[in-house]
Amino acid sequence: MLAAAITYSSPAALPMLARPVRAGFPSPADDFIEQAIDLQSLLIANRAATFLVRVAGDSMLLAQLFDGDIAIVDRSLSPTDGDVVVVDVDGERSFKVWSRRGHRVRLAFANPRFPEFELSPDAVVEVWGVVSGSVSPRRRSARRA
Amino acid sequence: MERAYALSDGNSFYCSCERVFDPKLARVPVIVLSNNDGCAIARTAEAKAVGIKMGDPWFKIRQLCRDQGVRVYSSNYALYGDMSARVNEVYRRFSPRIEVYSIDESFLDLSDVRPAERFELASDLRGTVHRWTGVPTCVGIGSTKTLAKLANHIAKTHPALGGVCDLTDPQAYDHWVVRIPPGEIWGVGASTLRKLEALGCDSVADVRDLDPRAARKLLTVVGERLVYELRGIPCLDLETIAPTRKGCAVTRSFSERVEDLATMEQALAAHAARLGEKLRREGLGTDHLTVFFHTSEHDRDRPQRSISTVVTLPEASSDTLVLAKAATFGVRKVWRDGYRYSKAGIVTTDLMPLESSQRALIGGLDRETAGRLMEALDACNRRFGRGAVVPASAGWAKDRTWSTKFEMRSPRYTTRVDELPVVMAA
Repeated sequence: MLAAAITYSSPAALPMLARPVRAGFPSPADDFIEQAIDLQSLLIANRAATFLVRVAGDSMLLAQLFDGDIAIVDRSLSPTDGDVVVVDVDGERSFKVWSRRGHRVRLAFANPRFPEFELSPDAVVEVWGVVSGSVSPRRRSARRA
Repeated sequence: MERAYALSDGNSFYCSCERVFDPKLARVPVIVLSNNDGCAIARTAEAKAVGIKMGDPWFKIRQLCRDQGVRVYSSNYALYGDMSARVNEVYRRFSPRIEVYSIDESFLDLSDVRPAERFELASDLRGTVHRWTGVPTCVGIGSTKTLAKLANHIAKTHPALGGVCDLTDPQAYDHWVVRIPPGEIWGVGASTLRKLEALGCDSVADVRDLDPRAARKLLTVVGERLVYELRGIPCLDLETIAPTRKGCAVTRSFSERVEDLATMEQALAAHAARLGEKLRREGLGTDHLTVFFHTSEHDRDRPQRSISTVVTLPEASSDTLVLAKAATFGVRKVWRDGYRYSKAGIVTTDLMPLESSQRALIGGLDRETAGRLMEALDACNRRFGRGAVVPASAGWAKDRTWSTKFEMRSPRYTTRVDELPVVMAA
């Protein structure tokens, strides 16, 4: 990867040659050059439907979603039991753990220090998207100020 | 083989983009204002219901908006552009050939889809766009682009249709063409409409049944094409490749009236900087600029003036410093005190690829040095945000008294990591 970048990024210096000539030994790695790992494609399966949102609060601790993290939200996914979702409950948007009991949707916090989340029977519930991953900077300086 | 085109567009697109990121906007009236908060350019159904019209100047509806609880936003083109790209990405999964007609409208070629399946495909398209991006759309299908556009209008104005109207279905076609007035046809403006009405055209069907030669006589080749397109004979194919830009304009209404030369020079220098940026992005150059500024018709009691002047360069350029100098030269040439100017702009025509443009024999510009400088300038502005490096004549963005600060703009939710939507985990 690195070798390719160095050899081919400066063709202007040797405009007469189709391939640059190098002195010394050719790199034994030349035949094994591969694409760099693309973090973007690893984290985002469906670009058109994926949005990044900032996490504010501690209610998703046990779901490994921490205050200040960037959650990756894929709107093309349908929630299944245990998914963390971004959900609008009566116009209030928040993270919850989604599950279904029969025909009833259950929403829950993922932090034992929070009370049980009560969903009133006539609440308007709309799932905005399913959390498909997260970016969690490990050093304080990289987190939100 | 009969062709089929779909026209899909976002319902009050800019407002819908705002709603995706703020659940509180769901059922309240929302409007978006034009650049510099000039006038209303997007309205939700609720905003239309309280009486806000397209193009209403902001200062005229400010009180109404306050009284009616209308949520007002400055335009957030970073957001709308990104959302538009997402919507078009969905379209491309449904059709191999699409034409991005504007930021919120695209034509899709559905010729390969069997007639009986078109309606369902269009419904599926709407559903997918809405689920993936949050943007509601309407889809019109027709055997020509003109009919697709008409079908889209029908879908949008008749909610009972469920957002889809297919005019390739002969029954639907016969039903609608006698019910829609000619003014709703794509490309029929006020003057064309008067001529059509003089011919006794009360409906789309009447226009369709005109003699094409008569239509040509009355409305040139455009009128003839219209008649054929309404009959289902395509005269316009999809433009799947964006044509090379022939002209470019940077124009802005001032947030406050401009009455002194120094401020006007600064505004035009800033416009020139923006123009240079646009030209460089496409490798184009121009060898003349039209600089204009004028007063406002809303200041009826004040003296009015509208002036434009052409400034010629020795050779084509996209160098911000050259363009800014030319623009301020133009301002000084035609400036007159005593007026309250409301808008200014720069217009260029006959753009040419800079690489292959003819060089001046005398007075040629140093393109190589300028090219490197502009490359560095663009790199800085990409990295640190537009306006990080500007020509001194354009002034710092925050010190410009004539430009809006976009105070009512929502965050650039999808393109700035420090402006991501915040979702509560509490």
